[in-house]
Amino acid sequence: MAEITLTVNGRSVTKSVKGNTLLVEFLREDLRLTGTHVGCDTSQCGACVVHVNGKDVKACTMFAVEADGAEVATIEGEAAPDGTLSAVQAAFQEHHGLQCGFCTPGMVMTATALLRDNPKPTEAEVRDYLEGNICRCTGYHNIVKAIMAASGQDVTSIAAE
Amino acid sequence: MPKDHGIGASPKRREDVRFLTGAGNYTDDINVYGQTYVHFLRSDVAHGTINSVDTGAAAGMPGVVRIFTGADFEGVGGLPCGWQVTDKHGEAMKEPGHPVLAQGKVRHVGDPIAAVVAESLEEARNAAEAIEVDITELPAVVDMKSALEAGSTKVHDDLSDNLCYDWQFGSDQAAVDEAFANAAHVTTLDLRNNRLVANPMEPRVALGDYNRANDESTLYTTSQNPHVIRLLMGAFVLGLPEHKLRVVAPDVGGGFGTKIFHYAEEAFVTFASRQINRPVKWTSTRSEAFMSDAHGRDHVTTIELALDADNNFTGLRTDTHANMGAYLSTFASSVPTWLHGTLMAGNYKTPAVQVNVKAVFTNTVAVDAYRGAGRPEATFQLERLVDKAARELGVDPIALRRQNFITEFPYATPVAVEYDTGNYHATMDTLESMIDREGFAARRAESASRGKLRGLGVNCYIEACGIAPSNLVGQLGARAGLYDAATVRVNATGSISVMVGAHSHGQGHETVFPQVVAEMLGIDEGMVDIVHGDSSKIPFGMGTYGSRSLAVCGSAMVRATEKIINKAKKIAAHLLEASEADIELKDGQFSVAGTDKSVAWGDVTLAAYVPHNYPLEDIEPGLEETAFYDPANFTYPSGAYACEVEVDPETGKVTVLDFAAADDFGNVVNPMIVEGQVHGGLAQGIGQALLENCAYDENGQLLSASYMDYAMPRADDVPYYKVDHSNVTPCTHNPLGVKGCGEAGAIGSPPALVNAVLDALNAAGHDIGHIDMPLSPSRVWSAING
Repeated sequence: MAEITLTVNGRSVTKSVKGNTLLVEFLREDLRLTGTHVGCDTSQCGACVVHVNGKDVKACTMFAVEADGAEVATIEGEAAPDGTLSAVQAAFQEHHGLQCGFCTPGMVMTATALLRDNPKPTEAEVRDYLEGNICRCTGYHNIVKAIMAASGQDVTSIAAE
Repeated sequence: MPKDHGIGASPKRREDVRFLTGAGNYTDDINVYGQTYVHFLRSDVAHGTINSVDTGAAAGMPGVVRIFTGADFEGVGGLPCGWQVTDKHGEAMKEPGHPVLAQGKVRHVGDPIAAVVAESLEEARNAAEAIEVDITELPAVVDMKSALEAGSTKVHDDLSDNLCYDWQFGSDQAAVDEAFANAAHVTTLDLRNNRLVANPMEPRVALGDYNRANDESTLYTTSQNPHVIRLLMGAFVLGLPEHKLRVVAPDVGGGFGTKIFHYAEEAFVTFASRQINRPVKWTSTRSEAFMSDAHGRDHVTTIELALDADNNFTGLRTDTHANMGAYLSTFASSVPTWLHGTLMAGNYKTPAVQVNVKAVFTNTVAVDAYRGAGRPEATFQLERLVDKAARELGVDPIALRRQNFITEFPYATPVAVEYDTGNYHATMDTLESMIDREGFAARRAESASRGKLRGLGVNCYIEACGIAPSNLVGQLGARAGLYDAATVRVNATGSISVMVGAHSHGQGHETVFPQVVAEMLGIDEGMVDIVHGDSSKIPFGMGTYGSRSLAVCGSAMVRATEKIINKAKKIAAHLLEASEADIELKDGQFSVAGTDKSVAWGDVTLAAYVPHNYPLEDIEPGLEETAFYDPANFTYPSGAYACEVEVDPETGKVTVLDFAAADDFGNVVNPMIVEGQVHGGLAQGIGQALLENCAYDENGQLLSASYMDYAMPRADDVPYYKVDHSNVTPCTHNPLGVKGCGEAGAIGSPPALVNAVLDALNAAGHDIGHIDMPLSPSRVWSAING
């Protein structure tokens, strides 16, 4: 067991963890932040994407001890304290960018990271950036559209709702 | 102006906020005090005799609570199949036992041999490694046709062979033979409908929690139909009466069919929790999901079409081998028969249609319904065949389809079903307006200038949704009714809880169903909430699959709401001192016709629960009604789809440039959600046609058990889609006139894509009759290069 101290969604957390505890297990089981999901075991699906020191990271690819001293942001911290959704969250709702919701936290965290680095991505850049996030419900149409809209680009010409 | 509320509007989904903020409550998010964890030790060979399972060393490992093997389940029931198919000789299908944990033999990679229950998952896994299993490996049965050869190894020793059933359906032999004998042209096609894995992003989870105080078991599970699980597990496996068994399916992260079925792990955690008197939780890994979730499709077919000299379709016959896997999953037997054979007429007035299906046991994971379930297989065969016929005859593929369309409804097909409505020319007209066919030659030339081959493919589809009329399916072998149920509970202040048998796992019922109830009552949608997914809260309904939620459960909800309105009018008549016949309900106000006297919805609901001034001698207090709805027929959504592709002849890589879908879903309650359903279905169909393949080697080893090996469609594999649902022929037999939209995209899209690729290649001078899905670069390149 090792004691780690990190910041999660702006709050300092100190816990003892086993050396083989993955960051995603730590978030889900130790902190009960169950919005971060596990959809695979090969780091392919992206349901567990969180931000570590401002970068989007699959939380199944790092150990909790590696996050010692880090700033971690999860889906639970994306909306404002009064419940106002972030621009990306609001765009996902507005454009029906989610169905079952299971991949959604990872999608939102990935999209948020993309727009931070590339505030006006092209459709191709959005699709390319989502390579590591699998959604089985939406066919990606409305996810891509939502991210384009969240970046402030006009999506009215894109077919359908 | 589009409507902003009620039927036909697209309000934002009310479930979204919890999913977008991490507040969803999926099964794996649930932990129960005192919970233990189970890890299943699964077979790593496809077929073998279990000589011994020695748990001695493992039992002493740290944290181990108990280890279970097949011997612990002697006297416990096996997992049942819910549909008995009768073969062409009048005999019942062969129905082998399916124990919760393997007994005597293992029959596929992933078959569970032992289960370790421990204080932590890590301890359970570690102990499982210390279990010594002695298995004598047997030859694996993998290929379906070899499985039926005399002398083949048998998957089940107590059966005479590997044939589950040999089913024939449709027109009589003489009519079919005559059509082919007199044909001016016959087109024949051999094809495979590739084996797929549904892959909802949430892996399955089951948590059993036994309460000794009241002898009640609760199962939290990732299910599309909690009452079906309670029925199957309670009655057939564990022998628990309904009132001692509660099944909860909370937020479920996608289903696509694979979460319909009752699985061994659900029965295990419920059983084990009772044995050890502690909660037992199982969370599937994705690798485990690939070897334990029921797979889909896996048909091998020869199909033939007879045409007369004027290119009219005169006869159709099919010969299909359908893989059942090692055991019969819950609805496995119905998929290649009643959900497939009955759709073989498609959109065409072919007078003679005969379907032959041999269902085969193999040493692979069980195969059952996956989005579309039988209908994608029927559509793919037929629409590939018609396209091939058009090419052989040198006629336009759309014109050939149009010439043979069914145009008069109702239409009784030669394969038993009666289409109530449709307008196939209208959806084809719309499709043609969406795809700029006239401009295609120029686009093809532009691609050619870059060394690329451009192709355009179309297809039609018809499907049967709104599953299903109980009296009909009962005759066909279903062991359950397929009605659904809704309870509308109006509270004193006028707010409403609607308890429904349907389950929402992405479909947005919590948003859509209130649109209907609120419109019927003329009240705000925010006053209506949907309750689903908990057998202790909802009436006995059959859940969500087969695009049935709105057509069947929604109809029950309408009927229950009508009962509410009838009773509320009686109360209003009393309050207004008027005749019940004169009471009108509009915009949430009950008024006396021709007067300005009215009472509000809330006045009536309050009177129902505070019956101080109330006709107690005539009606009971309270305002709560239940309706069960059993549909009179299936519904028949239909449509026409088109795909435009570009093929790189140097590499064989196919790029999907455009996909257009014109559907007739009947009436549409929420266009936004309908379009989302089509988008998702299209991606799954594109995935099947281009990327996805569940592969076994000749020894029955599963080669595609992770996302490194099973190619899921990703955002950069698909385009923006063009979808249209403006052609509406309302269903004639349900109160909302709805048909269902959940599966169309997956049913209608694979043939269009394959037709497009073959159009690209053949227009470039190749002569390629067919390429089996998925159209991977290597397959396309090999086809090009002979």
